[in-house]
Parts: sequence; C-alpha cells; structure tokens
Amino acid sequence: MNKPPKMKFKKNVFSRTIKMLFGYYPVLAPVTVFCILFSAGISAIPAIFTQKIIAIIEKWWEIGDWQSASKEIFPVIGILLGLYIAATISIAVYNQLMAYITQGFLCKMRRTMFDGMQNLPVKYFDTNKHGDIMSHYTNDIDTLRQLVSQALPHLLQSAAIVLCVLSVMLYYSVYMTTVVIVGVIVMINVSKKVGGGSAKYFMKQQQSIGKAEGFIQEMMNGQKVVKVFSREDECEKQFEKINNELYEDSRKAHSFANILGPIIGNIGNIMYVLAAIAGGVFILSGIRNISISGMPFSISIVVPFLNMTKQFTGNINQLSQQINSVVMGLAGAQRIYDVMDETKETDEGYVTLVNAKVDEAGNITETDERTGKWAWKHPHNDGTVTYTLLMGDVQITDVDFGYNEEKTVLKNISVYAKPGQQVAFVGATGAGKTTITNLINRFYDIADGKIRYDGININKIKKSDLRRSLGLVLQETNLFSGTVMENIRYGRLEATDEECIEAAKLAGADDFITRLPDGYETELSNNGANLSQGQRQLISIARAAVKDPPVMILDEATSSIDTHTEAIVQKGMDKLMEDRTVFVIAHRLSTVKDSDVIMVLDKGEIIERGNHEELINKKGTYYQLYTGAFELE
Amino acid sequence: MYKRFLKSVREYKTPTIISLVFITLEAVIEALIPFITAELVNKIKLGASIRTVGNVGLILLVLAMLSLACGAVAGFASAKASTGFAKNLRHDIFSNILKFSFGNVDKFSHTSLVTRMTTDVVNVQMSFMMLIRVAIRSPLMLIFSVVMAFIMGGKLAATFVVIIPVLALGLLAISKKAMPAFRRVFKKYDKLNESIEENVRAMRDVKGFAREEYEKKKFGEAAENIRMDFTKAERIVALNAPLMQICVYANSIFVLLFGSKLTITSQGALLDVGQISAMLTYGMQILMSLMMLSMIYVMLTMSAESIKRIYEVLEEKSLLTNPENPLTEITDGSIKFNDVSFKYSKKAKKNALSDINLDIKSGMTVGILGGTGSGKSSLVQLIPRLYDVCEGEVLVGGRDVREYDLDTLRNSVAMVLQKNMLFSGTIKENLRWGNDEATDEELIEACKMAQAHEFIESFPNKYDTFIEQGGTNVSGGQRQRLCIARALLKKPKILILDDSTSAVDTKTDALIRNEFKKFIPETTKLIIAQRVSSVSDADMIILLDNGMVKAVGTHEELLKTSEMYQEIYNQQSGGAENE
Repeated sequence: MNKPPKMKFKKNVFSRTIKMLFGYYPVLAPVTVFCILFSAGISAIPAIFTQKIIAIIEKWWEIGDWQSASKEIFPVIGILLGLYIAATISIAVYNQLMAYITQGFLCKMRRTMFDGMQNLPVKYFDTNKHGDIMSHYTNDIDTLRQLVSQALPHLLQSAAIVLCVLSVMLYYSVYMTTVVIVGVIVMINVSKKVGGGSAKYFMKQQQSIGKAEGFIQEMMNGQKVVKVFSREDECEKQFEKINNELYEDSRKAHSFANILGPIIGNIGNIMYVLAAIAGGVFILSGIRNISISGMPFSISIVVPFLNMTKQFTGNINQLSQQINSVVMGLAGAQRIYDVMDETKETDEGYVTLVNAKVDEAGNITETDERTGKWAWKHPHNDGTVTYTLLMGDVQITDVDFGYNEEKTVLKNISVYAKPGQQVAFVGATGAGKTTITNLINRFYDIADGKIRYDGININKIKKSDLRRSLGLVLQETNLFSGTVMENIRYGRLEATDEECIEAAKLAGADDFITRLPDGYETELSNNGANLSQGQRQLISIARAAVKDPPVMILDEATSSIDTHTEAIVQKGMDKLMEDRTVFVIAHRLSTVKDSDVIMVLDKGEIIERGNHEELINKKGTYYQLYTGAFELE
Repeated sequence: MYKRFLKSVREYKTPTIISLVFITLEAVIEALIPFITAELVNKIKLGASIRTVGNVGLILLVLAMLSLACGAVAGFASAKASTGFAKNLRHDIFSNILKFSFGNVDKFSHTSLVTRMTTDVVNVQMSFMMLIRVAIRSPLMLIFSVVMAFIMGGKLAATFVVIIPVLALGLLAISKKAMPAFRRVFKKYDKLNESIEENVRAMRDVKGFAREEYEKKKFGEAAENIRMDFTKAERIVALNAPLMQICVYANSIFVLLFGSKLTITSQGALLDVGQISAMLTYGMQILMSLMMLSMIYVMLTMSAESIKRIYEVLEEKSLLTNPENPLTEITDGSIKFNDVSFKYSKKAKKNALSDINLDIKSGMTVGILGGTGSGKSSLVQLIPRLYDVCEGEVLVGGRDVREYDLDTLRNSVAMVLQKNMLFSGTIKENLRWGNDEATDEELIEACKMAQAHEFIESFPNKYDTFIEQGGTNVSGGQRQRLCIARALLKKPKILILDDSTSAVDTKTDALIRNEFKKFIPETTKLIIAQRVSSVSDADMIILLDNGMVKAVGTHEELLKTSEMYQEIYNQQSGGAENE
C-alpha cells in the first residue's frame, strides 16, 4: 500500500507545508506561533525570580526575620504570579488555536487533494493501485496530522525554550554555559544517530505493513479457492514469513525510539553533575565569572543554573522525541503533494451544450428552460456564435492511439455512426473495443486522426458537456452508497422520482427493486454488496436511461445477466436504444446481431465490417466467431 | 475479553516481565536522583571541598549510568514484547480467518478484516507498549515522589494533597467528555474514507456522468462536517495543557511562599534551601506522572474500539467444524440431496434453495441450468461443505457430508469456481495448488485435458510464466482453463465446474468435455453453464428456478417436457446450432 520510503525529501516539502499553513490561516497561524513563543519565553523567565526568592531566603534565614523578608519576597512572588497567569493564558489560547488550525488544515488538504483528484485523467486511476490512492487519504493525512498538531508546535516550543534558557544561562555564567553546550552537542549527535535509525525502520515498517496488507487482501479475495483446495496451512506459512519481517522492522523501530529517551535523559543527568562539579570548582577556585549579569560565582548562581540545565536538557529530549514524527510527516506530506501536483486533465473545450428552442423556420435559439432539445453553442474567433442541434452523429476518422508511446493499440480506425444507428464492436480481449469508447468520451485523447460529434471536433467541446451528451454503461458496475433512487438519479440530478421509476421500468429493474425490503428507498452500501451482479447492472442501465442522452455506449452492459433475464431486459434495452446512436460492445454475439453495422476488431484494426447477414455470408472471422470456432476472450 | 488477548503474549512473556522490572528500577533510580542533587546543592552551598562535591557527583554519575542501562534494557525489551505481541495477534487472527467458513466471512467485509489486522493491531500494540512502559512507572513515580516530598518537605508536601485530586479529577473529566466525541468522529471518518474509496473505484462513472463538481461538493460538505466534530473533540483535549500548567504554577507559588516563610521563621531548622528546590522538582514529577496516567487512560479508551473489533474476529467460531470421529475415505462419487433447504443467513427471509431432492450416480455428467439467482452456485457449494444445509442432508458416497473429515471431503471434491482466482506465482506453482507432489508429466497431462497445454507452450517461459496477482496477464478463457487443470490435478471423485467455461469458445468447451469422458469416466462431473450447448450431451440436466428444481432429465426429454427449457434453448439457438 505504501511506496518505498524516501529518506531524501525534495527541499521544499517543509517550507511548502509551512507556506500552506500560513496561507490558509494568515492571521491565526502567526497568532499561534506568537503564543507558542510567548509561553515558551515566559516559562524560562520564572527561573530568575525563583532564584531571587532563594537569594532572599539565603539572606534572611539565619536572622529569621520573616516580617522584613516578606517585604522583599512578596513583590517577587507577585511578579511570578503575573507571569504565570500570562503563560497559562497563552498556553490555553495556543492549544485551542492549534486544535482549530490542525483540523482546518487537514480538512483543506483533504479537500484540495479530493478536488484535484476529480480533475485527474482516467489514466491516473488506471495506472495507480486504488489502495495506494486511498492510503494518501488515510496514512499520509494521519502522519501530516502528527506533524502539524504535535511535532511542529513542540519543535517550535522546545527550540524557543532552549534559546531562552541559553540566554538566561549566559546571563549567569559563560563558563558554565560552555560546559552545558558541549553536552548539548553530544546530545544532538546521539539523537541524530539513534533517532535517524528509528525513523529509517519506521519507514521500513510502513512498507512491511503494506506488504502484509497486500497479501491478506489477495488471500481474502481468493478465500474460496484456498478452502476448496485445503491450502490453509501453506497460506499460514507464507503469512508467517511476511508477519515475521514486519515484526523485525517494527521491533527495531520501536527499540530505537524507546532507548532515545533514556539516553538523552541520562546525558542530561551527567551534564547536571558536571555542571555542579564545575560550579563547585569555580566557586572554590575563585575564578572571576564572565556573565551578562556581572554577578560573581556563588551558590545563588550555581543553584538556579543547575535547575536550568535540567530544563534545558529536558527540552532537548522533547525535541529528539519529535524526529520520528517529523520524518514520517514530511514523507507523508511529500506523497500528498505528489498527488496534488499530478497533471490535471486538460480541457481547452469551448463549445458548450445548451437548452435550445427551434422555431418554425428552423432557427435555433438558446433558452434557460428544459425544452428536451439541446444544441451545441459554438463561439467563433470573430465573436459570432453558431448553434448546432444535438443529434448524436459521431464520426471517427483515421484514429491512431496508444496508452503509452511504445505500443499502439488502435490503428487507422474509421467509424461513422449516423444519428439513431447502432454500431457494434466485437473482437478478442485486447483487440481495442473498449479503447474506442474511451476515446469518444475523451477519457483518453487520440494521438492521430479526428473524432467529430455532430460535425464538431470533440477536442473543441467542453469535456463535461461532451460527457453529458453520452450515456455510459460499463461492464464493471459501480454503485454509490445511498438509496436505489439516489443511485438512479445520479444520471440526472433534476430527475423526479417518477422519472427515475420510469427509467427503472425501462431497464427492467423495477420488478426486483420493488421487491427489495424498502423498495426504491433501500440503502445500498459497499458497491451494492447486497445485490447480485445482474441486479447491479440493471440499476446502472436505469441510471443511464434517466440521463436520456442522444448517444449511448454499452460496454458489455448485459454480460452478467443470464440469457433468460436478458430476454426481459432486451425489450427495455431496445426501447432505450430507440432513436439513439448506440455503440455496443458485447460478449454474446446474440446481443449484437441486430446492429446496423458490426465492426470486427483484431489487434487494434478493423478487419471486417458490415451487418450480420453480410458478415455471415463473408465466412470470415465473424462467421468463425459466430459458429464458435474462435474464442472471444 | 482482555484475557483472550493476554493469551497472545506467549513467548514474549519474558521480555514483558524484563521490561516491567527494569522500568521499575529505572523509576526508582530516577526518583533518587533529585534527592542526591539536593544533597549536592547543599554540599556546594555549605562550601564543601571539591572532593566531597566530587564524591556526591560520582554517586550521581553512577546512578545516571544505572538508569541509562535500565532504560536501555527496558526499551529493547518493551519493543520486543509489544511488537512480538502484535505479531502473535496477527498470526492468531489470520489463522482463525483461515478456519472461517464462508458464512463467517460473509459477516465481515474484506476491507474490514484487513483493517483489523493492520490498523487495529497497531493500535493495540501501541497501547500494550504504553501499558508496560508507563502503567507501572507512572503510579510508582507518583507514590515515590509523594513519599519523598513528605520526607523532604514535611508539612509543605500538604500542597500535593490538594493539587493531585484537583488535577486527577480535571483530567478525568476532560477524557470522559472527549471520548464519546472522538468515538463519534471516528465513525464519521470511516464513512468519509469509504466515500473516497467509492469515488476512486467509480471514477469512470463519475467522469462519464460529468459529476466531478457534484462529488466535490458532497465531499466538501462531509469533510467540513468532520472538521467541526474533530475540532470540537480536540478542543476538549486541548484543555489538558492549561490545566496541567495551572497546577504546576500553583504548586511552585505555594512552595515558594510557604517554604520561604517556614525556612526563615524556623531559621532553617524545619526547611532549607536545598529542600525547597527539591520540592519544586518533585512537584513537577508528580504532575508529570499524573499527566502520563491520563494519557494512558485516553489511549486505552481510544484503542478499546480496536480491541473490540479484533476480539470479534478472534472469538468468531467457524460455523463448520469437523465431526468427532470423521470418515477419512470416500467410497465413490455419488451425490444425493434429500429434502435440502438452505439460506445464507438466519435473517434472510427467502431460502436460497428449497426442497431439493436429487440422486446423482457416480461417474455421471450432470448439467445445471438456471437464471441469475436461481441457486445454481448455492447448490454445488453444499457438496464440498462450503456451507452447511439448513434442512435435509447432502450425501456423498452414501454418507452425510457432515460425517467426513473436511480435508478428505474437499480433496475428493474439486471445484472450479465462478470467480476464478489465480495467485501471483508461476503457472506451475498455481497448478500445484491441486497437488503439491504432482510431477511435471502430470501437470502437462492435466493441462492437455483442460486444453491449456497448447497456449502455455506458446508463452516464452512456458510453465514457468509468472502470473500476476488475480491472473490479469492471461485472458479470461486461458484463466478458466488453467483453473480447470488445477482442479483436475487433485484427481477428484467429484468435479464441479461452476460456469467455468463461459469465456472458452464452444469448440474448446466441447473438446474439454470429450476429454473428461475419455480420461475420467469414473469421476462425477457437475457442470453449471449458461449455454445449453455446454450441457446438452449430459446424462442429466437439472433446471433450477428460484431455488427450486424445475425439471430434471436429458436434453431430449426436457425439450419435450419443459417449457422453460425450450425457451432458453430457443433464445440461444443460433451459434450453438451450427456447431
């Protein structure tokens, strides 16, 4: 499910994420950053005042005069209280803002990705595994969420605290700060090594999970076969191997992650001791202190300094814990950006489909109401607009096409379909039948030749309008979650309930739909898992019928319906095909027998054409197919 | 429920215990460290010699090294324990799924089974690790720190008596409020992902109907809806941080204020500076461990859903089990159905099959015809016991199928399914599913019978040609013939072809049937077909309609007696006649 780990990122992944965050939230994001920095800064300052109080206690405890001491202590505590309140407020604010921004950001990312995906060419979906596409929405968004909501604020906060503490430390003593900095360098190097190792194995773990997922999926799909052949033990053995690999990667990843904390934490402890000893040495040896404050070495410097060392190393530890999230988050972000950056389906079409009125003289005018007549609105360079009535005349001339450059799938295809004609394509799997229909609705663009629709080059027609004028029933039926009625209405969103039921009757689907528990209101889920393959095909035929387009493409539309049911559907299909230009691809030759013209395709070329009688008399490939001498698939 | 999970820990009990022990040790040492540092601060303050300072420092260093060692051991051990636990869990789930009957599988969807084995197991793994790493350590730290605070700070430690319950209650309230919110969100989130998947799958339909904008709008609304719910839930959780902060600050103000008073008024007798700073440190530690505990609580409740989902699969008992003293031999390939009724689930209103009575002699060729949903596949699936009958009995070789050992039964009944499946691997590997020990000659023999040898030989790598997942790189007809060959290799007593020559041309179809007659005459052959031509020469044709036997007889008999058969025959006459 996952692409191989990329340890090297494109340079801009990080900056792009930040830019998008600030782009979406030009006000809130900076406010959040400010709050984080403020609360970080403010949490370093109290150390100074704590130290002040301790100094006051130092001064007074032997005298034991609380009255006089309290006069010095209370104002300091007052300041502390003020700082604490400010810090608490800023923490409360930024945590609330962060929750808001993170979810908003993820929502925008999801939508941007989804919107972008809708505009991707069909090719993208044909060449990418669906599981991979899905994992962008699940795994990758999840890692991004970790990055934005956890890692980034922590990073910012810890870095700010580290800087603040560092400056306070310098305020006290440069010498002692040097001791701490040496320790920090060691810490950073260790985090890099251990943290990097952990990130590497986490990425590997993701890959192994993907592999396991793939295997389970395959075995689930083939479960009946596994059972029928009693192969359970072999399956288990194979799974064991994959499972063990996953375990190894996962164990290593977590080991590294688990030991990072103790290592950094204890380097912190060691630094604490070193700083204490250094402090002691400095006090005793009476070396002159170099510091911003100008205070001489004394217990009142060393004690708060030691506390700050703890705070300092604690925050470095925090930073190091974020390495995994950052690496995985950036990898996820990268994959998401890759999807967003995919080349979109281009559409230079400017000819649109409009409702039309035809007066007695045959003049076509555009209108807003639904007249049942449609026209192509064709604006020209000189500013004039012409209207062509939508008829369903399709002309394919000398078309060449290949899904990639090396392999041509179609050669020199020419097909003319007059309005109302039925054109059938027959041929073996891979002969190019479906490819032709892919070109008519511009799922793919032709390499050479021309396709004209009502005399207009289809490249000039706006894709959405072109597709609106074509009805499509595919071999593989896809239904959406929702009621049966909603699924039929998918063909035309304005259709009334009556129109949908009418279409279902036409398709011969009304009979079984009314027998469903809730009739037309029956909820479908999981691609209509509760229906049979044939029933799903009937719904998809009804869906195309309600669209009522002048041109229909039926790609193995009745393949899953048995001949008995097909006979019933056939009447509906005949009615559906009436007065329409129809392209039929069929497995059973009996379904294409009555077509006006039948094209026999072989290896991307039309080798025979004519109607049923002509082709039978010819005694060529069609004849052999028909008599069963050749295999169709 | 949790007991069932603990069973899966198995060989990882030792690392689990090791990790618990060492984490405890680490916690003890870590609690000692501030105590020693306070000592160190005092020593420095009292102006002790470098040597004394060094001595205390040395103790600290040793403690740090010890703590590091314990931490490292615990880190490795807990990683091993939790990932090993996850591995065992996956293994247990998978092997249970393999035991599932189809009735069981129909209950769970494929994608849900996959998610249970991946995402849900990872959730449980993380919780398990949290549990062994923090669940002992945090309360321990808490108790230790409180005790130490009382020893060090005396009366001052009373502050914790107030703060701890306040914080604990606060955290509990927050998680109590957040949990249901999250659970709601996750349900919606699943739905959202389902709709994305639907879109990816149905992209051709979306584009074909030019519904891109409509889908964008629909998705946008769903995504915004989730955003609102998610934000609400997360904002509740976000209250954790300020609450925590308030407690830390309140503690430090209290300690500073009353600590200084106590120190000064008692002239250092009751409290000294070192103790004050130790109190501040312990305060921090106590609150941190409380925070950790609340995190565990949240995580456990969050993964409770995962635990429940996994448990469902683990506890699912296969509906089909071996009888106690199973028969391990099947005498012949005769099949008998006595008053059989069957439905896929208890809830189903309609029977898939009702009142089926059939008597098929060993070695017969039987054709089964019928419309979509007439029960053809259901009928034959009862023979190798892919499902069990609801009423009546199915006999094979004169004995009820439920008396046989499942493996014995399924090894004698070969079935080529309607939805043919080849697995990723070479042709040879795929064929050997039928019989692991089959020699190359046997493979070729079977392929010749299934009319597959010729096209296999035409591939550059012949029998070693690699088949892609799902068998996408061979044509439908070729795939079907490979599946038939695979079934033949089992040398079955009963061979069932469930519409498995639909993509094979009529001529080859006939050739395959001829080979069957010639080479495996003693095997009972059941052929489900769409084409009358595929079954017209059978010894017996069964016509099914609506789950019931409509007619039984030979081609000639049925043509005379059955109206429905005539109808089907007439529809298909055309190509088939000219054969």
